[in-house]
Amino acid sequence: MQSIKKILIGIAFSPNLKPNIFEAVRLANMFDAQLVGVHVGEKTTEKEKQLSKLISEAPILKFPIKTVWQKGKPVDIILSTTVEENIDLLILGALQQENLYKYYVGSVARELTRKACCSVLLLIKPSIERIKCIHIVVNGLKDKKTIETIQASFLVSKALACKRITIVEEISQKEIEVKVSDDHSLRKATIKKEKLKRREDSRVHKILETINTRGISIKIQSIFGKRGYSIGHYAKVKRADLLVMNAPSKTSILDRIFPHDIEYILTELPTDVLIVK
Amino acid sequence: MTKKSPVRTFVGELPRNIFSGFVVSLVALPLGLGLALASGAPPISGIIAAIVGGLVCAILGGSNVTITGPGNGLVVVILSAITILGEGNMYEGYLYTLAAIIISGALMFVLGVLRLGSLSNFFPSSAIQGMLAAIGIGILAKQIHVMLGNLKASGSIIELLYFIPADLLIFIKTADKSVFYAGSVGIISLLIMVFYSKIRNKYFQLVPAPMWIVLFSIGMYYYFEMFSAETYPITDDFMINLPDKIFGEFPEPNFTKFFTYEFLSAVIAITLIASIESLLSIKAVDKLDQEKRRSNVNKDIRSLGIATVISGFLGGLNVVTVIARSSVNVNNRGSNRSANLFHALFLVAFIALFAGELRHIPLSALAAILVYTGYKLASPENIKKTFQVGSEQLIIFLVTLIITILTNLISGILTGIFTTFIIHIVINKNISLFIRNLLKPNVLMFEEDEKYFVSVDNFSSFLNYSKLKSNLDQIPETEDVIIDFSMCDFVDHTVMENIHSYSESFKRKGGHFEVIGLDGYKSGSKHPFALRKFVIGKPKEKNITLTKRQKSLYKISKELHWDYDSVYKKEIKELPNFGYFKTRQITKISNALSNEQCTLFDVEFSEGELIAKQNVKATMLYIELKNIIPQFTLDKEGIFEYIIHFAGFKDIDIDEHPDFSKRFYLSGKNEQKIRKFFTDEIILFFESNKYYHIESNEKGLLILGNERLAGVKEIKSLADFGLRLTQHVS
Repeated sequence: MQSIKKILIGIAFSPNLKPNIFEAVRLANMFDAQLVGVHVGEKTTEKEKQLSKLISEAPILKFPIKTVWQKGKPVDIILSTTVEENIDLLILGALQQENLYKYYVGSVARELTRKACCSVLLLIKPSIERIKCIHIVVNGLKDKKTIETIQASFLVSKALACKRITIVEEISQKEIEVKVSDDHSLRKATIKKEKLKRREDSRVHKILETINTRGISIKIQSIFGKRGYSIGHYAKVKRADLLVMNAPSKTSILDRIFPHDIEYILTELPTDVLIVK
Repeated sequence: MTKKSPVRTFVGELPRNIFSGFVVSLVALPLGLGLALASGAPPISGIIAAIVGGLVCAILGGSNVTITGPGNGLVVVILSAITILGEGNMYEGYLYTLAAIIISGALMFVLGVLRLGSLSNFFPSSAIQGMLAAIGIGILAKQIHVMLGNLKASGSIIELLYFIPADLLIFIKTADKSVFYAGSVGIISLLIMVFYSKIRNKYFQLVPAPMWIVLFSIGMYYYFEMFSAETYPITDDFMINLPDKIFGEFPEPNFTKFFTYEFLSAVIAITLIASIESLLSIKAVDKLDQEKRRSNVNKDIRSLGIATVISGFLGGLNVVTVIARSSVNVNNRGSNRSANLFHALFLVAFIALFAGELRHIPLSALAAILVYTGYKLASPENIKKTFQVGSEQLIIFLVTLIITILTNLISGILTGIFTTFIIHIVINKNISLFIRNLLKPNVLMFEEDEKYFVSVDNFSSFLNYSKLKSNLDQIPETEDVIIDFSMCDFVDHTVMENIHSYSESFKRKGGHFEVIGLDGYKSGSKHPFALRKFVIGKPKEKNITLTKRQKSLYKISKELHWDYDSVYKKEIKELPNFGYFKTRQITKISNALSNEQCTLFDVEFSEGELIAKQNVKATMLYIELKNIIPQFTLDKEGIFEYIIHFAGFKDIDIDEHPDFSKRFYLSGKNEQKIRKFFTDEIILFFESNKYYHIESNEKGLLILGNERLAGVKEIKSLADFGLRLTQHVS
């Protein structure tokens, strides 16, 4: 994700349409990108009117919006549009659990997240007024995709004028190799952790050398725990505004039954999540 | 100070370990015989378990001051195994049970290898207490008859309890001299057990109570033999029966019933109780260890497994870690595993040298020791303690107790677990909280600013305690830990109790362990271990019990001569006028510490539009100023999150203090006035103190550290910072 030129948003005529449109318009302007709206369903003049009214109320777009009206299966149409239109970023809304401050990704959005070939931004609470993005948390785990993800997080933070990034290294408990069972093994494990931490820190520092980080305060935090889960919990504790994650390698039905990595976050979104592809 | 080599330390401590091992063997000898008898096994089987346990676990074990041998908890299970498997023939049953013991030993070894030492974490505390009480009643019900000289009493626990008064009458009215004397020895022995701890005589206390009983009963025998004209009145069937060749012939375990339901359920019950008893004891003994070492639980379980297998093949009972004998060991300054070894060696010596004398101990004397042990397990004190934690705990306790007595241990503990779960659902009126989050990870731990921060999500109960435990176990007890439950809707008694023992062990080793986020939760009772539940809105005041944190705050307020209100009813009018709260909606202020000028408080606020995010809780300090000062914010350079409200104002650099300007980000409207206000004195003050976010709105100062609830230690330093700052500002 070197730059974002085209952003896709699905348009469903629901009560949430207004905040969704406003949020998308703002994002498009911040990234200097064009907005593409897709509605799966019949094109009626009534719907068209409603949409153009909303667009006129929203901040003025730098590039005119392009709308696609098509009937069919939502997942298929949105996926094919991302390819046809060369979309860089797909914006999806999350669902809220009744009476709880908990958000999850619905089944359609989940399928899109998995299958889309562009980056996906999951928004937990689109709003009409802008809420400033203050703190971005990005994963820094040892993976091929991490470099691109960290680069993307800096790209986003510059676009959103966010001044603070925390890079979280999740280190699996298995890597410690020492099982803590008494004072002696605890000492050994603590030393080993310190070593691993230094190793991971230097790896992340190497990545950072390739990125222009001026004006952004960076913190590197290592966490020993379950991959995918810890970073979500951390983002929640630190009340981050955006969590940037690697795209999962591949998922099968088993991964949903035994969740791991990104699935933890999809079942309970700690905050807005950007999945970089 | 030079560090002694381990070998020299070991040799140096050898004398006191030999002594301690000796004292322990004085307890272990009568107890081993008694426990075996109560289990329906030959008395020597208890001694074999103690000897094998001492030898094997001293070499292979993973703990330091524990003593191993036959356990109280197993009496009931083994007795029922022997009765059921033997189908009337006790000796046959014993041989079958030996096979079950061997298998259970192997199972325990496997548990240790698989590192399932945490198994016991899945049992709710009150259910375990209920089960132990049931075991106690089981032992007491059977042995009280033996103590009174009635060897033939049998039946269910209820029947046995019912017959106690009748048996007492028989004992008083009996014409049989043998029964009368046996019963008298039993009752005197019980009195020795009861009053032993009350007699504060140095020499009397040198010999443990069970050994006094042994000495008394053997002494009585020799009195009749040597001095009295009468013959010894107690007949042989009331006497302990030891084989002639103790270390020559070993019984052969019988594996033929291996695939029967009775055999396998006996194996499961034995393994379950043996592991629970051992794990509880290891945990408890670790708290007694004067050198504050942490036991390797899984290694210990492995060694107990091996010891049990060997013991079983030699005709002995299960080897478990036992708390009473271990604490005798600690009290006699046993310092390493060699004490366990010496206890075994002394037992060998006793059996080899005094087998003849030991045969003169009446069964009723040993039964008295067990009656006392049983009573201790089921004492009304325990019921009272459980009730103090909460009435719901008493329900769990009693359900487990009654079901265990009426059926068996496994059904009892399973019912206990199930009842606890149901009660948790009823208390929360929410089943999905548990179902949905049961298998999900819920604990985050990370290190920040040289502190460990642990956050727990969703709920924390016996069901998922092992996840929390495995994280807490990785923190050296010399460190500072803050554990935050504010995202947790429910914390149960089991977790509260364990958290307490963590905080104790951190305290002992010089660390600091603190719980935050539970203030204002509804609690089951006033007890510190009571479960805590999050309630939406303001709970009724009477339902709130102060948490440990709140109690510490109250203490601090006394030290500082400030006022403390856990529920703050006044309003801090100036608060919403601070830039920090421009976009944040204050919902609640609590735990306020205040004097005339300063107010230190926990504030709950929501962020963003509507309630986009969950409520945030943080600790802050507000200082009301007497004179007007310029508006400004001061922050650590590089933290941008607080200062959006002053966007557009640049960092004000003060040229005379380049270091200050480099480290702090100072901004505000009226640059001139701010420069004037930041005198050398104030700059020096900020430079030499901890970083806080400080904001002035002309009339007051708002000071906050991290945007979260502060621990007691952090609150103290915040208050101190505020006090000193006030002096400089006004």
